[in-house]
Amino acid sequence: MNEKPKKKESLIRNSSFQTIIASLLCIILGLLVGYIVLLIINPSGAAGAITAILKNFLYYPSAAAAKKYFGTTLVKASALLMCSLSVLFAYKVGLFNIGAAGQYVVGAGACLYVALKAGLPWYCCLLAAVISAAFVGGISGALKAYFNVNEVISCIMLNWISLYCVNMLLSKVKEQSTPYTKELSSVNKSALIPNAGLDQLFSKNEFVTIGVPLAVIMAILVWVILEKTKFGYELKATGMNKQAAKYCGMREKRNIILTMMISGGLSGFGAAIFYLSGIEQWMVQQTSVPAMGFNGIAAAFLGGLSPIGAIFSSYFIQHITSGGTYVDKTMYCTQISDLISAFIIYLCGFVLFFKLWLNRYLDKRDEKRSAKEKKGGEA
Amino acid sequence: MEQYAIEMKNITKKFPGIIANDHITLQLKKGEIHALLGENGAGKSTLMSVLFGLYQPEEGEIRKDGKKVTINDPNDANALGIGMVHQHFKLVECFSVLDNIILGVETTKGGFLQKEEAKKKVIELSEKYGLFVDPDALVEDITVGMQQRTEILKMLYRDNEILIFDEPTAVLTPQEIQELMNIMKNLAAEGKSILFITHKLGEIMQVADRCTVLRKGKYIGTVEIKDTTPEKLSAMMVGRDVNFVVEKEPANPGKVILDIKDMTVASKHHKKNAVNRVSLQVRQGEIVCIAGIDGNGQTEFVYGLSGLEPLTGGTITMNGEDITHMPIRKRLTSGMSHIPEDRHKHGLVLDFSLEDNLVLQRYFEPQFTNKFGFLRRKEIRNYANRLIGQYDIRSGQGPVTKARSMSGGNQQKAIIARELDKNPDLLVAVQPTRGLDVGAIEHIHKQLVAQRDAGKGVLLVSLELDEVMNVSDRILVMYEGEIVGEFDPKQVTVEELGLYMAGSKRKEAGVS
Repeated sequence: MNEKPKKKESLIRNSSFQTIIASLLCIILGLLVGYIVLLIINPSGAAGAITAILKNFLYYPSAAAAKKYFGTTLVKASALLMCSLSVLFAYKVGLFNIGAAGQYVVGAGACLYVALKAGLPWYCCLLAAVISAAFVGGISGALKAYFNVNEVISCIMLNWISLYCVNMLLSKVKEQSTPYTKELSSVNKSALIPNAGLDQLFSKNEFVTIGVPLAVIMAILVWVILEKTKFGYELKATGMNKQAAKYCGMREKRNIILTMMISGGLSGFGAAIFYLSGIEQWMVQQTSVPAMGFNGIAAAFLGGLSPIGAIFSSYFIQHITSGGTYVDKTMYCTQISDLISAFIIYLCGFVLFFKLWLNRYLDKRDEKRSAKEKKGGEA
Repeated sequence: MEQYAIEMKNITKKFPGIIANDHITLQLKKGEIHALLGENGAGKSTLMSVLFGLYQPEEGEIRKDGKKVTINDPNDANALGIGMVHQHFKLVECFSVLDNIILGVETTKGGFLQKEEAKKKVIELSEKYGLFVDPDALVEDITVGMQQRTEILKMLYRDNEILIFDEPTAVLTPQEIQELMNIMKNLAAEGKSILFITHKLGEIMQVADRCTVLRKGKYIGTVEIKDTTPEKLSAMMVGRDVNFVVEKEPANPGKVILDIKDMTVASKHHKKNAVNRVSLQVRQGEIVCIAGIDGNGQTEFVYGLSGLEPLTGGTITMNGEDITHMPIRKRLTSGMSHIPEDRHKHGLVLDFSLEDNLVLQRYFEPQFTNKFGFLRRKEIRNYANRLIGQYDIRSGQGPVTKARSMSGGNQQKAIIARELDKNPDLLVAVQPTRGLDVGAIEHIHKQLVAQRDAGKGVLLVSLELDEVMNVSDRILVMYEGEIVGEFDPKQVTVEELGLYMAGSKRKEAGVS
């Protein structure tokens, strides 16, 4: 007779289930805080603004337009997914890769330069992006392994170094009259990642390429590596207890460098599938690192540090970020969309905290219940 | 006048799946030395954490001088005059003794420290209780025994009435233990109430007035020491009779397994070598024990031997092969097993499951990893289940239990299972029974002897003199990074060993 509640109990104790609950809770809280801020700024438009953020592409009344912009959100989300994979992969080894942003920049620079200057096909550009970003990640890894330089510090510094180097490099392949790099579609069509018919599904949105499914495949691949392989076992052991990893003869220095390289490579892959879709050109005068890498941190945590969870969390974060652009700008200043999505993303980081809190609550409840049962039994 | 300084009545504290304290009652009389005895996992630490407000009990109450009190955090406990000397001292190494004593309760005038006043009080206290220590010496320069006295002075300086000693003798020499016993008696005579947590029955018999015994979270009883015997106490503690003496045949040493010549390891803390030109041999079928007080280079010696630290001089030969510069993995796969000193730091990945920990030394072998680099999960599970059965490793959920949630004894069993199952030629065991209860210690000693009888070389590093005397076939004493004497356990007394361990004697002959 006790079977059903027991099943329910094991479900609520299940770690993945808890992550989902905690993530949903964070999302709701984030939306609530965002809504309150909108209310404070301008009460009359708050409800409209928050629905605009949530609706995103559904803002368009025609199904065709909605589909098209859904496609655009997916393209951006797939790049974000790669950045969040980059962050969570490093995190499993106990490293905080705040340099995903810089590695993403280097990936973008490498793939665009190879595409526009050398005129090579897309897979070569993609490879160039992955390798160069992996190299940058490797620098932080090596500094950490051999000189115990905190990876957060070296990553942040490399972010800026990367940004200005890439700006300099891409100035060589920019349009003469604008600060943007030349369009791939006019200079080197072969560098565009093939659509393989996917554009047809999204009302001829030519930016939807095989990059989107590739990102999902990469997420699954990362999951397999972490959970099923010897390499993943070693990485996790090193991350959880470096001393024990050394004691049993794992080469923890090599593992740290390798992890940062893979982590960097994942970011670079994200940059490549984004810029090689032709959706955006690089602006060579930008003075801040693209937010993609930093949002990757939020996406990784919102997804409960699971590669599969990251697929959904990345989509969600991109969804509200894109949705922010549809907020009525006559009622709110232009920064409002970023502000609201920032609030939501910020609260997304609380997933682990909520999980802890949930477990504590469950423990307390169980204790009380067993005490009650015991008393009942005695009486 | 109330008879009890502290009374813990019917304390019940539960954790998911386990009742750590099941209606435990502990009554500490004023001016008595009360021993708290129990195996690991018996609930002693939990009970003390309840007393210090780290845990809130589900049931029961705490009374101080007959009045019911609520202790929500350690600050409340301090305010009630409860002080504790932890097993691992909580001292600031680069501060002087005086600075450590006044830390947190400094007397100030206009924001400036009034050290002279404090010093006077410390000196008064140390004379009153016979706790001799130089207030101006740096903690890092004084002996472990003096550090402990500093900890005791810390409690006295805070006018604590209830003093808790958590396994205070583990790090001391026999002479220092004797001094501590006298100090405890002095303190009790001055009206302080002392709670003495220990595994060592001899010390309880010598110093305690009464003893409360816990077993598996349950209250077994409180006895007057004058009416009991060590045998009775130990039977209460483990629920059966324990064999104190390790039964073993005389050793029958074979060929040399391990040959260390002039091993030198640099120290991380000072300019002197942590290990200085140590030479020793371990042969098949013998247990060689390195005895010594904690911090005399044993840790660094083992790090050098296992490859965790590089040598600055000397050579190591194992099975005729020079392993001085061999990588750690290679050493471990060519016949060495290492039961590390610190099971949390080195021995286990605490957030890994038990099964993942059990394959930590052999996950890369073809039986557990296929040629594409994928782990053979099913094989790992089977292997883990076999070890769990064979070595009686107990845990909540079997192979998938997180190592962190297991008791210390079972964590140690898991490490021992993993290391012994590799079938090593040389077993390096560093304090394999540290923090374990009598039953588990007996079991581990038997396994060490079994390894010896199977023709393996066993190198045991231990701080426990009982263990050294009982288990080993040959004793080497290490003092300040050097071997200062070699003994046959049958022909040496504990007191004699103690003199060598404390550095007051050394044998020059026969030791290089």
